[in-house]
Amino acid sequence: MTSIGTGYDLSNSVFSPDGRNFQVEYAVKAVENGGTAIGIRCKGGVVLAVEKIITSKLLKPGANKRIATVDRHVGIVSSGLVPDGRHFVSRARDEASSWRGTYKGPIPISALANRLGGYVQAYTLYSSVRPFGVTSIVGGWDSEAELAVDGQVGTGPKSGAGGKVEGAKVGGPGLFMIEPSGLYWGYYGAATGKGRQAAKAELEKLDLSAEKLSLHDGVKEAARIIYVAHEDSKDKEFELEMTWISSLDGPTQGRHEEVPRELLDEAEKAARRALEGDDEEDEGARGSGEQMEE
Amino acid sequence: MIGHGTTGMLGEDGIHVDMNHLKSGEVKNLDVSERRLFGLLSHSQQPLTSTSMAINFKDGVILGADSRTTTGAYIANRVTDKLTQVHDTIWCCRSGSAADTQAVADIVSYHLNMYGVTNNESPTTQVAASLFQELCYENKNQLSAGIIIAGYDPRHGGQVYSIPLGGSLHKQSFAIGGSGSTYIYGYTDAHWRENMTEQEGIDFVRSALQEAIKWDGSSGGVIRLVVLTKRGAVRHLYLPDNGYTGPGATN
Repeated sequence: MTSIGTGYDLSNSVFSPDGRNFQVEYAVKAVENGGTAIGIRCKGGVVLAVEKIITSKLLKPGANKRIATVDRHVGIVSSGLVPDGRHFVSRARDEASSWRGTYKGPIPISALANRLGGYVQAYTLYSSVRPFGVTSIVGGWDSEAELAVDGQVGTGPKSGAGGKVEGAKVGGPGLFMIEPSGLYWGYYGAATGKGRQAAKAELEKLDLSAEKLSLHDGVKEAARIIYVAHEDSKDKEFELEMTWISSLDGPTQGRHEEVPRELLDEAEKAARRALEGDDEEDEGARGSGEQMEE
Repeated sequence: MIGHGTTGMLGEDGIHVDMNHLKSGEVKNLDVSERRLFGLLSHSQQPLTSTSMAINFKDGVILGADSRTTTGAYIANRVTDKLTQVHDTIWCCRSGSAADTQAVADIVSYHLNMYGVTNNESPTTQVAASLFQELCYENKNQLSAGIIIAGYDPRHGGQVYSIPLGGSLHKQSFAIGGSGSTYIYGYTDAHWRENMTEQEGIDFVRSALQEAIKWDGSSGGVIRLVVLTKRGAVRHLYLPDNGYTGPGATN
């Protein structure tokens, strides 16, 4: 914390002599203590998952959701200061709704991420505000179908429109992560929060850029990764919260929904089994190693 | 009395319209109270002086329009271009007030260009239709604009949307508009076929407009067409001198 005492960290909109904005860096610190949140871009959709640390036994299990629906086809999970996350989601909903107002259709995920990135960045510019204490993962599905203009009457020729170029790929999964600085990138797999390093290491093993991982396998992997990321803070209780958005011919039909109870339970069971399995394997290896030495 | 002017009356013995007043005034424009009056008179919402249409065909869409602009009985421009480009392959036929429809088209054109650069993707015809509708509906009391939007994009192919006076949005296989269109409802309905070839489509639009020009005093001049396909936009011109048979494609 070389910034302390220099005075350059007291306000937004003030650079330090070496070109840093300390307020933004402190916001990143707030994120680093939040529960791990991840997003996985699969072949047939997107999975969002978060490790919700239980701070009190008096909290109702399953209540106080941390993944929010922004529009039918978009979900957001964030890590860091929960109220900042809620405000961010509220802004995202306004943006999605304003898009529908103008263009009479769902906002593309990339366009939403762009607008939210711009919004978050504005909070690093003024001394009257502080940056967002959250890093948010925006996941969604851009419809692969031809969309009508909301409210239009009629459908055009019965034989369909002429001159279509067949086979052009349109729509698909979208996954973006927006940081307190306003920086955002598109990801195959995104992780933030306390366990992000472990989560990123696991995500990299999945070879997501091949775009072969199915949505169901994505759900299993997401649960497992949250469990793996929780290993370092085992003393704390946590709940796994998970949502998904599938393609139109998939289980959610292009909508952002909670992963069904049975599938969530199954994924959690598999995640626990995988962790226990790892322990056993380690022990086995150690055992054989000792045998070699004899 | 309707509206602020002494333009018409709805009495117990029927509707009285001051036709001389209706014929005077701004270029191709009728004021709001007059439009309301026309709304009372008939459901065909067309106090618009011109004829324009757009159709779907096998490879895309074709837009067509006459070229007459009037100020009352005076022909202010006999070679007007009512087919306006708002993006690469999204065009519209403007009918109604020249000033209003030009302003609306300019605003939409600006927004479509912005959409293209901010989203790294050309806007679809749907986006254009949405923007036109928003402007026409939200400002319906100030506007006199009947707009047909036709566009081509590789994903959706050719599409035709019509936005009549109130600002509703209709997706159609073909659309006709303007005062002259009343004369060709029967013609277009009888001769329309789905999946026409480009030449068949051109002949259909040209002959329909020719018929409208023949009967409608407010339509006339040359016939302009724009053919929108994956090859882009191609303009056609047909002159009255030779019975609207040529010269044809001009670029």
